[in-house]
Amino acid sequence: MKQVEILVVGGGPAGLCAAINAAQAGAKVLILERDEKLGGQLIKQTHMFFGSEKQHASVRGIDIARILLDRIHELENIEILVNATVLAIYDDGVVNGEIDGKYVKIKPQKIIVSTGASEKTLAFPNNDLPGIYGAGAVQTLMNVYGVKPGNSVLMLGAGNIGLIVSYQLMQAGVKVKAILDAAPKIGGYLVHASKVRRMGVPIYTGYTVKEAHGNDSLERVTIVELDENWNQVDGTEMDFDVDVLCISVGLSPLGELLWQAGCEMKYVGQLGGFVPVRTEMLETTVEGIFIAGDVCGVEEATSAMVEGYLAGLAAAESLGYEMENLEERRKDYLNQLESLRSGHMGDSIRLGLDKVTVRSEVVKT
Amino acid sequence: MLEKTGVPTPQEIEEAFPSQERLAKGPVAIIECYQNIPCNPCYTACHKEAIKEFEDINDLPQINHDDCNGCGLCIANCPGLAIMVVDSSYSKDEVLIKIPYEFIPLPEEGMIVKGLDRKGKYVCDVKVVKVLKSKTLDRTPIISIAVPRQYMKVIRNFEM
Repeated sequence: MKQVEILVVGGGPAGLCAAINAAQAGAKVLILERDEKLGGQLIKQTHMFFGSEKQHASVRGIDIARILLDRIHELENIEILVNATVLAIYDDGVVNGEIDGKYVKIKPQKIIVSTGASEKTLAFPNNDLPGIYGAGAVQTLMNVYGVKPGNSVLMLGAGNIGLIVSYQLMQAGVKVKAILDAAPKIGGYLVHASKVRRMGVPIYTGYTVKEAHGNDSLERVTIVELDENWNQVDGTEMDFDVDVLCISVGLSPLGELLWQAGCEMKYVGQLGGFVPVRTEMLETTVEGIFIAGDVCGVEEATSAMVEGYLAGLAAAESLGYEMENLEERRKDYLNQLESLRSGHMGDSIRLGLDKVTVRSEVVKT
Repeated sequence: MLEKTGVPTPQEIEEAFPSQERLAKGPVAIIECYQNIPCNPCYTACHKEAIKEFEDINDLPQINHDDCNGCGLCIANCPGLAIMVVDSSYSKDEVLIKIPYEFIPLPEEGMIVKGLDRKGKYVCDVKVVKVLKSKTLDRTPIISIAVPRQYMKVIRNFEM
């Protein structure tokens, strides 16, 4: 059985940052990544990031991935295994996974789970027609493999992902006919909305997909307006001739391993679904299992990275590694998270986090 | 309206612009950032200290147009591509608008292209005066277009 000090499950932005901080503290770290390369969603993000300099604001996601990977490769005490899917965390702390087609057992002293989130979808007639994709799939085809997903697209979802993927589709020369969202308002950043709007793409808020049509693959989509009670309004249907319907209706934290490990989980709508109860330092209710990124609650990659740094520090500290300016660094990360979430856009995130975060004051009393 | 359609109202656009006197003096940055989001690279990019330091990263950027010389450093640094530079002193009948443009192919200098408004609707033909692309712009080229004066606050994009 493979022995490691810290196992990081998932090599996206949160996992990479966690590994960097834990390894810098001196811990031996193993990163297991299901995909064939590290970087998670960062490697598909061709747009500039928001936030402040500390979170690489105004640097493109793909370049942030490069910056983080350069740091990872400089650290000799990080081992990386790709094509490595973690399948289970057992009661005795043994983790097993499938690595390059082989069943492998690992015994880590601490685990950082940074598995991210999966895309939600929507129920409507014929939603299984070829040509109906999740936004992540469209981004992967376009930005990782250089494959055009189709010629003309209807985007369902005006959150940041829906808006950004629409913009990227247009950059790739694909026609985006419209963006719709069931919510009465645009959920993503308005600067992203204005960017696609001034390219001539209409945004229909308060609309949903009624039905998809096509024989062998998608040919047409009917959308319909929703009233204030989210009921479809007859007579408001509009048809779009498209060969791609891209669905971007939110993400759901990938917490299966945490359930299995016995972590206390709570359903928090604001965070995207079931998420683990955690301390401010991102330790779950199972001692030695830490979390970072979207599995803690769906947010932006900027906060995922800061959470990763924080969890990396906490995991290394729990192993007894001493770090310079530990308190100062921890405070800095907590302040960064607070400021990223302090605006109006962070209102629901803060409400959600309050339901699952065990604050240190509570622990003391 | 902006939060339903992605299109700012004429009043919002008006408020983003400086006074006529300042516009007459030459190039100046116009920041169309109407929503509190955690983002501050415009402040870090500005060498003239025209964009005020953010107390809270979620604040809207505040620019002192009198301290801005329209250098345009902020344009390609804004992740929202929400900044343009307007030079109202360009000519008697035209103003020069410098906008970020992340599409290929890039236009060529001297080309006549279709000027679009904030809904992407055709307004009038405009001339490409300059195409700036450099390493510091990091894949966000800046295109200068000469726009009839009366469309200074209308045109914000173009297509070929």
